[in-house]
Amino acid sequence: MKRIYMIEDACIGCHLCEVACITEHSQSKNPVKAFLHEENRPISRCTVEEWDGGVVSFSTTCRHCDEPDCMRACISGAIQKNDSGVVRIDTEQCVGCWSCVMACPYGAVQRNLTKKKANKCDLCPDRTSPACVDACPNRALVYKEGSQK
Amino acid sequence: MNYVIIGNSVAAVGAVRGIRSTDPQGNITIISRERHVAYGRPLISYLLGGLITEKRMPYLPEDFYEKNRVNLLLNAEVVGVDTANGKVTIAGGDVISYDKLLVATGGDPFVPPIEGMAGKDRIFTFTTWDDAAKLKGMANDIQKVVVIGGGLIGLKAAEGLHLLDKQITIVELADRILSAAFDRPAGRVVAKKMKANGIDVITEDTVVRIEGEGAVITGVTLKSGDFIPCDTVIVAIGVRPAAGFLKGSGVEVNRGIVVDDRMETNVKGVFAAGDVAEAKDFFSGVKNPMPIWPDAYIQGDIAGVTMAGGSKGYPGGIAMNSIELFKVSTISMGITNPVEPKEYEILTYQDLENYQYRKIVLKDGLLAGAVIVGAVDRAGIFAGLIRDRIDVTSFKDQLLTPDFGFVNLPRDIRSALFAPVGKVTGADEPARAVGH
Repeated sequence: MKRIYMIEDACIGCHLCEVACITEHSQSKNPVKAFLHEENRPISRCTVEEWDGGVVSFSTTCRHCDEPDCMRACISGAIQKNDSGVVRIDTEQCVGCWSCVMACPYGAVQRNLTKKKANKCDLCPDRTSPACVDACPNRALVYKEGSQK
Repeated sequence: MNYVIIGNSVAAVGAVRGIRSTDPQGNITIISRERHVAYGRPLISYLLGGLITEKRMPYLPEDFYEKNRVNLLLNAEVVGVDTANGKVTIAGGDVISYDKLLVATGGDPFVPPIEGMAGKDRIFTFTTWDDAAKLKGMANDIQKVVVIGGGLIGLKAAEGLHLLDKQITIVELADRILSAAFDRPAGRVVAKKMKANGIDVITEDTVVRIEGEGAVITGVTLKSGDFIPCDTVIVAIGVRPAAGFLKGSGVEVNRGIVVDDRMETNVKGVFAAGDVAEAKDFFSGVKNPMPIWPDAYIQGDIAGVTMAGGSKGYPGGIAMNSIELFKVSTISMGITNPVEPKEYEILTYQDLENYQYRKIVLKDGLLAGAVIVGAVDRAGIFAGLIRDRIDVTSFKDQLLTPDFGFVNLPRDIRSALFAPVGKVTGADEPARAVGH
């Protein structure tokens, strides 16, 4: 299956992947409206990490593991892997117990404390290519075939 | 091939998926003594407290059993296993034949004899959907509850009842609540929060007598002599492996059903997984029961794959709990309270006023355990470092920082973890990233 991979040397630390992720998962799908006016603005599903003021930076996100630790830890069954291999959270079913946060070795499940729901990359079901990948100005994120045990 | 699985919780689900990943054809039968499809057992406290409705209890997509062609027998209690002839007997007399058998029955609540308990109608345990439904159904008649046991089950029952505005006293024999998962400071943080919510926590004491005439409870008397008035008692002392029906089967049962690294018991073709099993510990290699939800799934998966003729080994169980109590998030994993502290290096950060606490336990350059209270975000990175046995010496000073991430790891490790072809383990480098 296609997954998102980061190229550390190409990352310029602009955080546009996070902006694009929030925008894509917002109600308006407009960055300004989402940031200024949406009460329950989503939180980003990708995380930009930086070191030494940005000398090192890269964007991490869900690996959609073949054997997802998050899914195995989920106590409500909210996390399932579909037939195409995409690991998604059913937000209605999630009880916010953070077992997935405890289990994911990639630190790729976030806590949305306002909604008390876990949050993770869904590979943008409404798009052909994930929003973070399309937004990256230096192609530090690529969307391609690969396996991830 | 006829696969029979006794039990219908997370280990059974892992096993069904494990079998189907290897054998799409064979017949799978699940036998469960409960009347429900697989449900999120830890959700029973959410159900009791009214945080979720019964609609949210089923753990699987509706088509799971059909899609995986599972013959599901509910309300069916297994009373005997004949391993010589490959047969399972169900209460009522039905007999089912198997080629491979998986025992994934979990645990039964342990209720010790307590003076005065005979004939009382409001003594409950709290481990099933029906237990929660029963308590919820009679909630209007409950005012004061004594919970015996300050472990996870007791605290979650207390939280659920607290949400229903009941007055609760927890009585714990140890010197702190959640002593299995927490160290003293973490236990104190949670106890403080519980007391702030009006819940009485009594430690180093126990209930010696349940008081009241006939079926009615008026209170309990503690070993210290104190009397606590109550109308309901919840016994949450612990669970025992639900393996009584294996008596005479030849299957070795110690503190759980003893299994090897493929989840097979001493009897060929008979497997066990989940809370009922006694498998090896990740750190010591010693076999012990590990009643941990994700671990039950992993064991079930390995059992399923092996039963179907595939090959998969068990890396060993790591205790791991994410527990939110009264809005304080806590995650603990691995060795949190070393018996021989001198052999370990322990780093801590605490800000008890704000309910924040971090503890990192290191041994020989490896991460052995962690306790995080409050900001638990990305705690799973620690789980990965433990499981992959990554040497943390070069960045151990940063492990306590709340925004610890992959940027703190040496680049070669990070690159291996995020490599496009999955985690890479080269022939000339030590195995440091396998599994998941």
